[in-house]
Amino acid sequence: MNRITELFQQKQPGDGGLLNVYFTAGFPELNDTTRVLQALQDGGVDLVEIGMPYSDPVADGETIQKSNDRALENGMSVKILFEQLHNMREKVFVPVLLMGYVNPVLQYGVENFCRKCAEVGVDGLILPDMPMDVYLNEYKSIFDRYGILNIFLITPQTSEKRIRQIDEISEGFIYTVSSASVTGSKTGVSADMESYFARLNAMNLKNPRLIGFGIKDNATFTQASQQAAGAIIGSAFIRLLQETSDLEQDVKSFVRSVKNYPETVEI
Amino acid sequence: MEETLEKKTYQVDPSGYYGSFGGAFIPEMLYPNVEELRENYLQIINDPSFQKSYNDLLRDYVGRPTPLYRANRLSDKYNTNIFLKREDLCHTGAHKVNNTIGQILMAQRLGKKRIVAETGAGQHGVATATVCALMNLECVVYMGELDIERQAPNVARMKMLGAEVRPATCGSRTLKDATNEAMRHWINNPVDTHYIIGSVVGPHPYPDMVARFQSIISEEIKWQLKAHTGKENPDYVLACVGGGSNAAGAFYHYLADEDVKLVAVEAAGMGISSGHSAATTALGKPGVLHGSRTILMQTDDGQVVEPFSISAGLDYPGIGPQHAYLFDSGRGIFLSATDEEAVQAAFELTRLEGIIPALESSHALAVLGRLGAAQSETVVVNLSGRGDKDMATYMKYID
Repeated sequence: MNRITELFQQKQPGDGGLLNVYFTAGFPELNDTTRVLQALQDGGVDLVEIGMPYSDPVADGETIQKSNDRALENGMSVKILFEQLHNMREKVFVPVLLMGYVNPVLQYGVENFCRKCAEVGVDGLILPDMPMDVYLNEYKSIFDRYGILNIFLITPQTSEKRIRQIDEISEGFIYTVSSASVTGSKTGVSADMESYFARLNAMNLKNPRLIGFGIKDNATFTQASQQAAGAIIGSAFIRLLQETSDLEQDVKSFVRSVKNYPETVEI
Repeated sequence: MEETLEKKTYQVDPSGYYGSFGGAFIPEMLYPNVEELRENYLQIINDPSFQKSYNDLLRDYVGRPTPLYRANRLSDKYNTNIFLKREDLCHTGAHKVNNTIGQILMAQRLGKKRIVAETGAGQHGVATATVCALMNLECVVYMGELDIERQAPNVARMKMLGAEVRPATCGSRTLKDATNEAMRHWINNPVDTHYIIGSVVGPHPYPDMVARFQSIISEEIKWQLKAHTGKENPDYVLACVGGGSNAAGAFYHYLADEDVKLVAVEAAGMGISSGHSAATTALGKPGVLHGSRTILMQTDDGQVVEPFSISAGLDYPGIGPQHAYLFDSGRGIFLSATDEEAVQAAFELTRLEGIIPALESSHALAVLGRLGAAQSETVVVNLSGRGDKDMATYMKYID
């Protein structure tokens, strides 16, 4: 079974929310990708979203844009990322997603890309600018053949009809964007968001949801986890990576503080 | 394709594609905005009261129809019949305003209160700020930090017109990054804001909508040329292509007439192989840029490459999806002109006809000698803009 599907199936009522952390591959340094990944797992993260840097990341705010620029300056590419992740599954057991924009995937070749994902043990993809109809008509059969899940986004502006459509074709989880914004724009959960989340909860969707955009710490993570299966942290974690002088320790501490694990207990 | 059985139109199909190019490759956050536009744009454009407002403004405010002028001395030089479509005489100095007039009326019909736009050299930014002043709508224009430094007079014009000019500080800090920022701004303000894209690029329905607003160019050429020559069609239509809005407008009513040769001229910069070029069809590959599948300049890894041209209006790493289709299908003839050739062509037109063209339009003029047009044939060049904004560049060549 796909690791993402398994994770959500095993989740019991009463368990805390699932934490998904985003980071940009090849950032802050080219060879930090697997270090960050391992440290996240050591800290107790539930799933990881590795960003493939892109020259024109339109859905991302300044923090993630700058991490993309830096990673590209470091020489990061799709090819290098797959090399870095080559032995990932010897040590990494949490589900791993790749997030990125569709053009680099098209240039790599969708079939090659999915085959490589399956080879290294990537479980799902988040490609925000891949249109639903193009995915269904041209690429879904390829994703299915290699067991790769395609994760769709919804926003407060997404119509009920479209949410149902997305739910129908989704597997794994639905990425629930908390507000009308690019990544890293706002923080916290506002009253508007509460009513949006309540509306979603009332829809009885078949897929679990993770809430992203505006989650940065234990307080916002806990709030979001009350409204969904868990939450995604991106920009706040990138800021930590920009500033850290002890990557392993700081990453572990960050995950523990968000999930409210005691510092001393090894996970 | 079933299309081969009937006359090809080269226009957008019902699902938003030109052949395999086009579509709407946008994040979900933009979907409702683009969908609202897609559902409404044709109905709004075809509404007689919209048409009246649009045509009245084009006539009384923009100064249309722009003349179709037979350039006699230029024709003698190339031993053919050259007509210039004088878009340089439009209010604000270029064809860009045809589109911003259309889109500001569109924004009003959609009930939008604010406008966001991107600009490279500042011509589209000025044309947008102009119509926002006219219609009393708030206007934010994103411009690459580098372009703000390079194009100070247009920044000043936009500010005088009441627009807020915001720098794009990420990536290469030029037009493509300004476009990204404008898209992000639209994501952050989905309900009350309309995004006025300046060219035939972006997700469907933008390429089609902008082409329709620019199609007034070829609509006028049709009757003007007939009045001049008695001919139904020219043999050649020439236009420069960055994103390609002036070319889209000049080609629009000739697309289905395969006898009319449609010549698109890209900016070769310092030369196609120099590493400093914006000749997209020569250097690019199919991919996705700014919401549509098109041809773009990119690395093997799919990263968008920063183009180069002396002309900021052609300094774009992609072309509109319709142009990608014209290139791919062979309907369009794609040539390129270097910086040097464009500047020479600008001086040639200035000295022969007393018209100082924009650097962009000079690229179209630069290939006149390469067409092989016969003495009896007719060539229409879309003179998309005037050269006032380029005087600092031209001055370097005067001695």
